[in-house]
Amino acid sequence: MGAEFLFQGATIERLLGGLLVTMRISLFSVAFSIPLGIVMGVLFTRKNRVLHVILSFYLNFIRVMPQLVLLFLVFFGSATSIGINFSGEVASVIAFTLWGTAELGDLVRAAIEATPRQQYWSAYVLGLSRRQTFRHVILPQALRSMIPPCVNLITRIVKTTSLCMLIGVVEVVRVGQQIIDFNRFEYPYAALWTYAVLGLLYFAVCWPLSRLARWLEANNSLRRRHRERH
Amino acid sequence: MNWGLVGSYVPFFVAAAQVTLYISFGGIVLALLVGLLCAVVRLWKVPVLEQLVGAYIEISRNTPSLVQLFFLYFGLPKLGILLSQEACAIICLGFLGGSYMAEAFRAALEAVPAVQHESAQVLGLTRAQAMRHVILPIAMKQATPSVVANVVFLVKESSVVSGIALADLMYVAKDIIGNNYDTLEALFLLVVFYAIILIPVCLLGTYVERRFTNGR
Repeated sequence: MGAEFLFQGATIERLLGGLLVTMRISLFSVAFSIPLGIVMGVLFTRKNRVLHVILSFYLNFIRVMPQLVLLFLVFFGSATSIGINFSGEVASVIAFTLWGTAELGDLVRAAIEATPRQQYWSAYVLGLSRRQTFRHVILPQALRSMIPPCVNLITRIVKTTSLCMLIGVVEVVRVGQQIIDFNRFEYPYAALWTYAVLGLLYFAVCWPLSRLARWLEANNSLRRRHRERH
Repeated sequence: MNWGLVGSYVPFFVAAAQVTLYISFGGIVLALLVGLLCAVVRLWKVPVLEQLVGAYIEISRNTPSLVQLFFLYFGLPKLGILLSQEACAIICLGFLGGSYMAEAFRAALEAVPAVQHESAQVLGLTRAQAMRHVILPIAMKQATPSVVANVVFLVKESSVVSGIALADLMYVAKDIIGNNYDTLEALFLLVVFYAIILIPVCLLGTYVERRFTNGR
């Protein structure tokens, strides 16, 4: 079927190398998004009007714009408006961090607001200050319920990193295209096979993560139901 | 920012917005059909088809839309399946959105109380009739908020079709940046046009969600 090129030369190593770039961008974005998202979520629950307006604007802007537009804004916009020339990879990490922070921030906000009032009352009765209550009672519970959506966000970021090739990052899809171009004349089926393999590579990364998220979610709701019954 | 230039580029963006809207609309209609079909197959537990639908949903949700698009556009012609750019883009969005719509419909269908199924059966309706006249109308209402969210998602995802040189908003912006170096103007118009398209849909989503949660 003309797929021999996949096993010749360094094709597989190159694809895995590309996948490494993909994973590097995703992991850095997630690593920056988690702390920033928590900070944003906490600030969101403060009753400060100005802060609220700014954060809502930020959240809705990120929600409305396609991720590709965010990438373009960071990659091209930063060079012309503030004169900093980011490499494609750095621009990608910044764009995905902006996105991840907004999404996680909203999740943290929702989780904090969903904490039952009794939790606050019980903590105050026990003599904890507001700050202590927040730090030791509310936040840990909110963060635990955030783990499944957080894992989901990682899969979404991994999938979206494929867009980075459109701003010139040599990640796994771009490497795939190079392999296709290299084998174009000898192996006419190269495009078919390479894109199938690319799909498979992404699937191999994202599917276990999706399953994990689903499992964590089921586990969480089981535990919650258990707690409510007792 | 040069406002004269911004004005001169507006017609290009209007034309591009039509491409974005056309592709998104086609993709959304296809996604709704695929999603509904998959959800019913899963609800009725049709053997074989149920497993196929399950596999389709996993594949569609765990691979990037760009790779799906490239496979359709660059890969399939090798097997003799030649599709136009527009057809590829619409099929790709339908393939991607179908699984998300399927989940939305499935959740809504499963939320319909068993008594509705039983009552329909007692009244002598066949399974298909019950689905058409009783279950779906109830489920549709329930599914609307997540369907609107998916619509927003699909319009946003339509930006990837610029990867196969379809002249949508993204492509025109990239063109202006690459040819004329009018980066700020192009990015400004890009953001404005996506906002014009998507903000009404988002507002509709908020409205629908509020209305349906209050009505219950």
